[in-house]
Amino acid sequence: MFQQRRAVAAGCVMMLVLGPTAACNRGSGEDVVGLITKTDTNPFFVQMRKGAQGAAQTQGVELQSFAGKQDGDNEAQVQAIENLMSFGAKGFLITPNDSKAIVPSIDKAHEQDMLVIALDTPLDPANAADATFATDNYQAGKLIGQWAKEKFAKDGRQAKIAMLDLNANQVSVDVKRDQGFLDGFGIQVGDPNKIGDENDPRISGHDVTDGAEDGGRTAMENLLQKDPSINLVYTINEPAAAGAYQALKSAGRDKDTVIVSIDGGCPGVDNVSKKIIGATSMQFPLKMAQMGVDAIAAYAKDGTRPQATPGKDFYDTGTQLITDDPQSGVESKDSAWGKQNCWG
Amino acid sequence: MATATTADFDVRRNDSLGLRVQHLLHGNPVLGPLAVLVVAIIAFSIVNGRFLTATNLSLVLQQVTVIATLALGQTLIILTAGIDLSAGAIAVFSSILMATFCVDAGMPGIIALLLGFACGTAMGAINGFLVTRIKLPPFIVTLGTLTIFFSLNSVVSNSETVRGTDMPSLMTWTGGSIPIGNFRLTYGSIIMLLLFAYFFYALSRTAWGKHVYATGDDAESARLAGIRTGRVLFSVYTVAGLLYAIGGWILIGRLASASPNVGVEYNLDSITAVVLGGTSLFGGRGSVIGTLIGALIVGVFRNGLQLGGVEVVWQGFAIGLLVLVAVSLDQWIRKVKT
Repeated sequence: MFQQRRAVAAGCVMMLVLGPTAACNRGSGEDVVGLITKTDTNPFFVQMRKGAQGAAQTQGVELQSFAGKQDGDNEAQVQAIENLMSFGAKGFLITPNDSKAIVPSIDKAHEQDMLVIALDTPLDPANAADATFATDNYQAGKLIGQWAKEKFAKDGRQAKIAMLDLNANQVSVDVKRDQGFLDGFGIQVGDPNKIGDENDPRISGHDVTDGAEDGGRTAMENLLQKDPSINLVYTINEPAAAGAYQALKSAGRDKDTVIVSIDGGCPGVDNVSKKIIGATSMQFPLKMAQMGVDAIAAYAKDGTRPQATPGKDFYDTGTQLITDDPQSGVESKDSAWGKQNCWG
Repeated sequence: MATATTADFDVRRNDSLGLRVQHLLHGNPVLGPLAVLVVAIIAFSIVNGRFLTATNLSLVLQQVTVIATLALGQTLIILTAGIDLSAGAIAVFSSILMATFCVDAGMPGIIALLLGFACGTAMGAINGFLVTRIKLPPFIVTLGTLTIFFSLNSVVSNSETVRGTDMPSLMTWTGGSIPIGNFRLTYGSIIMLLLFAYFFYALSRTAWGKHVYATGDDAESARLAGIRTGRVLFSVYTVAGLLYAIGGWILIGRLASASPNVGVEYNLDSITAVVLGGTSLFGGRGSVIGTLIGALIVGVFRNGLQLGGVEVVWQGFAIGLLVLVAVSLDQWIRKVKT
């Protein structure tokens, strides 16, 4: 009894704290659409929320946003789905923190006839969601790989590559970008679901960055110690690239080393224009979320279900190579275009 | 600690080797970590000749500078049998505040810097207040403030990185360096080393230092002996806050930017360094020199294992194993019969 009363009390406190954002602004009579991001700190997800809010307004639906506390926080996302179910939402968009562990909750949501769209990161199995709206991360990696290949061929240089990956967990986005880059560069990849099993002498080494500046700098410093002849650096994202650049600069190697990256965030595009990053693959989180909300609104209206891009098992929201040093045979836009279309 | 009399010596000679090592480590808690560091350095330089070069060693020092500075504050708190889970959050939030003060509010570098230090100190003081006045366990207090500071960090920064080129040069000054041959000593590292020297002195030679140890060893006895333990605890958390903010400044220099998304692991990394350095989580025993060595051990392992071609998963495994060995060693040493 005491336990129960305490739980109720805790619930009330939660309502007070979360009230303005969650429970209390309901009752507008509009269909509810949910957005569950990995975290609410990363600019990528901030941009996603912006896109979803805009689309919700035009579609006349009510958006409820949730986020995990940190990358990998599955628990908070499970709770978010439970909340959306009790709200009677028509469907939701989710960037899963744990592609496998979230699936049982998704199945429950399906029992309430909700439309579930995986955003940016596919579920495992991918068909646990009704659709996946995502960047083709393999393609994003491949574009910068092709660009680097052409550039090194044109300059007549032999590449020695540092691979700055995300973390040791072999998560799908990390693996796809890494393998896509190697494929684009013309390196025979081993198991396409595994990072680091290639034996090509052009690869000097792999290290992890946590996708942030500090990790990028330390990883670059250590790899450069391992092999000072490194002259091409692949980075999982632009913050890691910025950190790697600091390490190269401090070692006096910033002028003769090429950094490639993926994201298309505004600071990253700015670094392309400053020649800090040679080329980056831009993704479109705003568009991703907009299209996701549109799809759920359409489903709420007449039951239409979203279709995958022909030839792929997901809806490709596009990637664009951004560089001020275009290479023949690799379609790209310059940093000026990038600045108009970047996120965060 | 050279207080062994002839009588002691006779007793020791009859002891087993294990007991003698136990006594030695009990008297000199720094010896264990130092041995680990030396062995690691020798091992890694055999594996890869590039390890033991001035360039590489200066990189290791640069890589551990921020963590070492945070671990210094953490040491003070752990010496009082406390713990601070919010160390990294305070450092990163302070760095964001400094950057915001000078870039968005247009303050001169020195003002933004001092205000940033003041904010870090205030965050530490909040922890200290909750621990000493509201009498909450440090683990709970700092777990709560960790989340709060982290949230505020996202709010203030808008989750956006502030670039160093937009800031006054004072903010990124800590990243500059003095070359000593191939060894590049950054100003950030110099600040860190000076802070360690100062707190080594303060803990071993001042009344405040003795009070910190006494409070951590047995708070009740310390109180009965006339030490105002509440005041000591409050001072420790507050000073730690200032140290974290200085760490935040050094971080800006290292990254040439203030990023709200870095330092995810700083909270626990700082505790790792303290524990590896032989400071007891139960309070009252340990030293800041040990912590510096502990931080260096982590840096040396990370760098050395990478140069040795060890995969990243196993690097984490090795550090985790080291922590367990260090804590077990601490338990064993504490059982010493005097």
